[in-house]
Amino acid sequence: MGSVDMGIWTKRNEQPLFQVEGLTKYYGNRIGCVDVSFDLFPGEVLGIVGESGSGKSTLLSCLAGHLRPDLGSVIYDGRDVLAMAETERRKLSRTEWAYVHQNPRDGLRMGVSAGGNVGERLMAIGARHYGTIRDTATDWLGRVEIAADRIDDRPSAFSGGMQQRLQIARNLVTGPRLVFMDEPTGGLDVSVQARLLDLLRGLVRDLGLSVIIVTHDLAVVRLLADRLMVMKDGRVVEQGLTDQVLDDPQHAYSQLLVSSVLQV
Amino acid sequence: MTALIEISGLSKSFTLHNQGSAVIPVMAGAALAVAPGECVGLTGQSGAGKSTLMRMVYGNYLAASGSLRVAGLDVATASPRQIIRLRRETLGYVSQFLRVVPRVPTVDVVADPLLQLGVTAEVARARAETLLARLNIPQRLWSLSPTTFSGGEQQRVNIARGFAHPYPVLLLDEPTASLDAVNREVVLSLIEEAKARGAAILGIFHDEGARGRVCDRLVDVTGFTPKVAA
Repeated sequence: MGSVDMGIWTKRNEQPLFQVEGLTKYYGNRIGCVDVSFDLFPGEVLGIVGESGSGKSTLLSCLAGHLRPDLGSVIYDGRDVLAMAETERRKLSRTEWAYVHQNPRDGLRMGVSAGGNVGERLMAIGARHYGTIRDTATDWLGRVEIAADRIDDRPSAFSGGMQQRLQIARNLVTGPRLVFMDEPTGGLDVSVQARLLDLLRGLVRDLGLSVIIVTHDLAVVRLLADRLMVMKDGRVVEQGLTDQVLDDPQHAYSQLLVSSVLQV
Repeated sequence: MTALIEISGLSKSFTLHNQGSAVIPVMAGAALAVAPGECVGLTGQSGAGKSTLMRMVYGNYLAASGSLRVAGLDVATASPRQIIRLRRETLGYVSQFLRVVPRVPTVDVVADPLLQLGVTAEVARARAETLLARLNIPQRLWSLSPTTFSGGEQQRVNIARGFAHPYPVLLLDEPTASLDAVNREVVLSLIEEAKARGAAILGIFHDEGARGRVCDRLVDVTGFTPKVAA
């Protein structure tokens, strides 16, 4: 043991994967989100919580490039996302980024088989060999616990939990580095939620994913997120280590949010 | 030897914004140090601030002022990222409550801290199984989620999880409460082995026998209670 080197805590200064500065979006003169800044490092999970209308979904849409912010900057891996050509940004969202919608129907093609849903993302980045695509799709269905014999079924024949797992497989098959999730466990039974949470934790750990997850469920962020941002009226009122924000909230609104959760 | 936990001038208060912004001072001038291979027990009545101090060391509670160094990192001012890394590699915490993703098998719950460190699944699982066996969790339960286990079983799973990785610094909150004599003995040996490998341990032990056996020193947190103006 001996002397402890203070330096170990400052070394290994890897660069943030995603840097957001002063992000602001108005809808006319109504506030969407105002002056949001954070850094996200590789392998880190950031939770964003707040009630409906707090601006968390607007923020996620701006971050993922679905909405254009009025002010601020978004830097991904050293590249200025807002200055990118649309084609370049689209390529990014097909390859290094992924977006998991709350409603799997928004992220899946309901008329295409499960295997097709997964394979399509691969084909979009240039995979052409049918056998390889099918094998990769089968592998991913297995990883999200969908039986191989369901590969030719359409998602409309799946339960809500299965559809959500299929959406995750479709998103992760291309090996993204940054995943946006909008209420991924919303609308699912609690028992199904638990299984999905476990799946997500394992994938984040094994693949070293960086994740930005928007939810109103504090139990979900406690189990999944390293860091937490609390939003109210479009502004970030508090951010920090997840269990610190939940166990010792500093802002009046965070205190209200935490104390309003029913105990089971 | 340099202490692995060094606390000085530490204070803490809670501001209850939704209850008339009442400010409740809970700690002032807290100071202690724990050297490698040493176990320090916190004493004081219920409500005196033992758990509060432990939570501050772990970074769950924010410090109002003072310094709180764990293996060289000042937890009072560290970034979330630094604290996450500290917890992953250096600082373990066996709390009184097991908090896990439901439906995850016990063996995976115990192996998880090792997997987070990049240890291979086989090695992590083997280590988890060894600890579960040592703590007398029947093998037929290993593949089940611990959420349905009895209080004593959950506590032993929590201990197995906390000892899976040889953390240089350990926080133990009542590790022997609600354990039978056999399992209490196993936990005390785990603590003694951790000390022998050089871990610095800060703990709360209501069990006086356990305290007498593993603690090298006791610190009464009553001394850190803020003087309330009458």
